[in-house]
Amino acid sequence: MAMLESAANATPRSSGADLVRHTKILPPDNVNGYQAFEAGSFQFKRDEYFARITWPGGSHVIAVDYFLRALMRDIAWGFFYGTVNFDSVFGTTNHYGEVTMFAGLYNDAFKAAGRDFSERFPSDVLMPLFKSMIGDWTNAGYDPFAAPMETGGPWGRKNGANDDAVERARVTAARMVGLPGDTPVRTDQNGFPVNRMFSDVPQDAPLVEIEPGFENEVGAFNLFGYLSRSDVTWNPSVCSVVGESLFCPTSEEFILPVDHGNDRCEWFVVLTDEIVWDVKDKETGKNRARVIMKAGDVSCMPADIRHTGYADKRSMLLVWENASPKIPELIQNGLAPVVSVSF
Amino acid sequence: MTNYQTKFGSLQDFDKGRVEIVDDDPKNYVFSNVFEVASTSAPYERVAVAKNFEYVIEAVRAEGTSGWYSADHDEFALCMDGVIEVHLVKLDEPVAPVGHQGAVALEADPDGRKMGRLVLKRGHMGLLPRGSAYRFHAGQPAAMMIQTIQGDVTVQKWAEICQTAA
Repeated sequence: MAMLESAANATPRSSGADLVRHTKILPPDNVNGYQAFEAGSFQFKRDEYFARITWPGGSHVIAVDYFLRALMRDIAWGFFYGTVNFDSVFGTTNHYGEVTMFAGLYNDAFKAAGRDFSERFPSDVLMPLFKSMIGDWTNAGYDPFAAPMETGGPWGRKNGANDDAVERARVTAARMVGLPGDTPVRTDQNGFPVNRMFSDVPQDAPLVEIEPGFENEVGAFNLFGYLSRSDVTWNPSVCSVVGESLFCPTSEEFILPVDHGNDRCEWFVVLTDEIVWDVKDKETGKNRARVIMKAGDVSCMPADIRHTGYADKRSMLLVWENASPKIPELIQNGLAPVVSVSF
Repeated sequence: MTNYQTKFGSLQDFDKGRVEIVDDDPKNYVFSNVFEVASTSAPYERVAVAKNFEYVIEAVRAEGTSGWYSADHDEFALCMDGVIEVHLVKLDEPVAPVGHQGAVALEADPDGRKMGRLVLKRGHMGLLPRGSAYRFHAGQPAAMMIQTIQGDVTVQKWAEICQTAA
C-alpha cells in the first residue's frame, strides 16, 4: 500500500527465467471506444460492463468497476508487497523489480488441472502499460480510488477521462506529516475537505511550543483530522518513519478491492470504527479466519495468507509496514517468518 | 442527510473485536487491543502490541509524570485517549549509545536545553526526536501508542494480552 522508494525500486532478484518485454496498445474498439492492451501473451479488452482477459488456453471476465479499483491499487502501490489478487483468478506477484502476471496461479482448481498460466515482466515494462490502461478505461466522473457512493459509475462506452483521479501523487512523508519541508497537513484550503462520514472528528491542532532553534525537531499534527480528510479509500500513505518502520494510515470504506496475498507479516491497528477481514490461504484460497477489528484492536496478517477487508462506516486504519530491503531476500530464501510473534 | 458517528475507543469505553477461526491458530494473528492493554498496565509500562523484526509498536498507559527517556533514533507518540503532555530537552551528551535500538530510561533529569513542549489529545501524533530526552505527563489516565524499535524498556507479554483461544 505504501512502499519506500528503496523497496519499490529494489534491484531485481533474477528469477533465471526469461523475462517478457512485449507490450502493445491496440487501437480503440469501433463499438465501445476503448483501447485494448497486450502484455506478453495476455490480452485485455473492456466493454460497457466488463474487463475481459485472455491468455493462451484461457480467458476470464471481471466486472469493470472491480477491475479498475484493483488495477488502480496495483499501480498506486507499485505492485505492492507480495501478491495482488484482482479476484480468485487474475493478479500480479511482485518480485521487487520484476513482476509475475498470472491467471489461476493461486486458484486450487486451475492449479490442479494444470490450467494456470503466468509470465514474468520487468516491472518498468508492465507498469507503463497498466497506467495506460487505467487512463483509457476510466471515464469522466469515475474515480476508482473513491468509495462507490462518492463517485460516478465506470459503465458504458468510452466517455472522456479522469486523469486527475488516476494520476494522484503518492503521499510519502520522509519523517512525519506536518514537519517543515515534509508532506503538509490536509486542509480545506489545499483541497481536502472533511469526509461526510467523519464530520464529527475534531480538527483541533495539538499545542506545539518550540524553543528557538528547534523548529525542525519539535512537531506534532492531528493524525485523525488528517485521515478524516483523505479523498481516497484503501490507499495508505506514509505518515511517520522510524528507519524502515512505516506508519501508513488510511481511510477505508466499502471493500478492499483486491485479495492481498502477503509475502511478509503485515500489521493492522484499527483507529476508529470497524473493519472485518476475510483471511484465506495464500496458495489455495481456502478460508482460514475472519478477523473482526474495532477501535484500538491490533492484529497481524501472517505471511502465508491472502486477505480482503470490509468497512461499512468509513474507518481509520493504521497499516504498519516494514520496508526493509533485506526482507525480499529472506522471502526468496524461505527465511522470512510466517508469523511476527510466537508465544 | 444521515449523520454518521465515528466510533473511537477509550480506556473507559472500548469494544474489542475478535478472531473467528475457520482453520487456523488464533495466536497467528497476535490479536490484542491498545485500550485493554493500557487499562491493565502500570503507568508508562511500554508494552509491545505489534512487532515486526526489530520494530515495535508499544501501548502505554499515561498517568502522572513519567521518567525521562531517550533514543538514538526518532520515535513517534500517537495519543489514543486523554491528554498527554510531552516535554523535550536537547541532551548536551547523548544518553542512548550511537546505534542503540529502542528507548533507554534516564537515571536522572537530563542536562541540556529545553526544546519545547507538546500537548497531544486523541488522534494527535508527536515527534520524539533522535537525541532528545523526553518525558510524559497526564493529569488523568490516558493511552498512547509509540512507534519505535524494541529496546531496553519494551515489555513483551504476548500470552497475557493476545487472543489465544478460538
